Amino acid sequence: MNNTSRRKFITTGLAVAASASGIAVATKIAQHRGLIPPDGGGFYGPGEMLTYAAQRLLTGHSMAREFSRAEISENPFANEVDPLSDEFKRLQAASFVDWRVTVDGMAARPASFSLAELRSFPSSTHTTMIGCEEGWTYIAEWTGVPLSSILDRVGALPQVRYVVYRSIQSDWWESIDMADALHPQTLLALRMNGNELPVPFGGPVRMRVPRQLGYKNVKYVNRLTLTDDVKPFGKGKGGSSADGGYAWYAGI
Amino acid sequence: MNASQPIVGRGARQLFSSAKLGSAATAAHRKRHSALVRVTHWITTLAFLALLVSGGEIILSHPRFYWGETGNVNMRPWLNLHLPSSRDTVPTGYGYVLPDENGWSRYLHFQAAWLAVGTGLFYVLFGFFAGHFRRNLFPTASDLSLKKLAGSLVRHLRFERPVAEEAWSYNTLQRLTYLVVIFVLFPLMIWTGLAMSFGFTSEFPLAVRLLGGQQTARSLHFLVTILLVLFLLIHVLMVFLAGFRNRMRAMISGNVTSGNATSEKVTTGGDPTDGLPMD
Repeated sequence: MNNTSRRKFITTGLAVAASASGIAVATKIAQHRGLIPPDGGGFYGPGEMLTYAAQRLLTGHSMAREFSRAEISENPFANEVDPLSDEFKRLQAASFVDWRVTVDGMAARPASFSLAELRSFPSSTHTTMIGCEEGWTYIAEWTGVPLSSILDRVGALPQVRYVVYRSIQSDWWESIDMADALHPQTLLALRMNGNELPVPFGGPVRMRVPRQLGYKNVKYVNRLTLTDDVKPFGKGKGGSSADGGYAWYAGI
Repeated sequence: MNASQPIVGRGARQLFSSAKLGSAATAAHRKRHSALVRVTHWITTLAFLALLVSGGEIILSHPRFYWGETGNVNMRPWLNLHLPSSRDTVPTGYGYVLPDENGWSRYLHFQAAWLAVGTGLFYVLFGFFAGHFRRNLFPTASDLSLKKLAGSLVRHLRFERPVAEEAWSYNTLQRLTYLVVIFVLFPLMIWTGLAMSFGFTSEFPLAVRLLGGQQTARSLHFLVTILLVLFLLIHVLMVFLAGFRNRMRAMISGNVTSGNATSEKVTTGGDPTDGLPMD
């Protein structure tokens, strides 16, 4: 080995060591700042981590695009859902008067809200696009209670990092981080295009998260759980979609 | 000097030294392609194939394309691929539904996109600062004369093998094609891809507004894919026409010929099928 190649060998070694420690430090910082998604491990972990961290650093308070009334889709597509459960049908037969959205977990004042109580919150209306991971889209006007108002009312504890939300349908649940949970466009939607939210579109209550894809917008929501960790839920990836092999973060 | 030196044991050292190959006179071992070009070429190949396979798979869940902001099965597409779908909500006319593979496809698509973008940024910085673009890709003014371009085009259309003096450089059509791929098609893919991201467009709404809408972005993403696949097919065809073994060796080890090239410039014949640069 001559001098030149020894120098190159040493330079290469130093570069590799520097990159490795750089990655280790970056991972630590990302962990500390909450930039690692629940599905940030495994073969696709690096890509997921980069996407989530990059979008969170870029889009802290950004607002999903809003559209004019003229742009509301004449032909929205509801997508299909599993056959509605007996419990849902029983509540539907009574016009949902007994529907309740229970909020538990890390809250100072856990509570349970009827639809009438939810309607008594100051409402918020946004004309936004919903897009499926399959590629199709439509635009609608959604009205409902900002999720942040609910979190305020129940006294969410400071250590809450995720809101887990569940459908009355079995094994249908998702979670979002606080950037989306406290976001002004994130709603417990009760109305669509000026009418009661139709059942095929998620009525009586649908989570509306316009900065993420359709599958984070769970239909027939009846329970919210505030938590600092999603590992104890399901298979630990933060949602039934993520447990089924889809990305937890769906901002792309 | 000695391009025919054994390949073994040269890789790691060459990674650094060949970036300086601009001053050919001082380069101890002149390579057809610098190590950076070779490494980024193959990483990009890997990422591109992963993006192509996963992208094609994602399309199967909705093989219809629309213009504007919105599009769904209740609306009329401008293009319906008439493929079987992995969703039973898509009216395809086929009596069966493919399995849903979008979970891993989307994971792979974005992971490969990061790999491609990272490699691309690295390559472009290297290309500007180390003179790769200036030396190897930007055509000179005289190259761009209509007569020369027409001549080059005719030689390509006749499938003529390139002349020997082109063995160490790209011809003008090749340069222009690579420049379009690097500076037009790849950036368009990134732009149209990001324009479909709800997170990204919440911060940069113009990214999608300028294109004319979310569904237009998706359609353009698909159309540019077709152009890139056409490029890939012609690129590989040219590699075969110019001599598969030599072109592959040049892009893997950097060496052009196994025995003929003993000086930096291949000036004389040898086997005319050796060292032809139509890749």
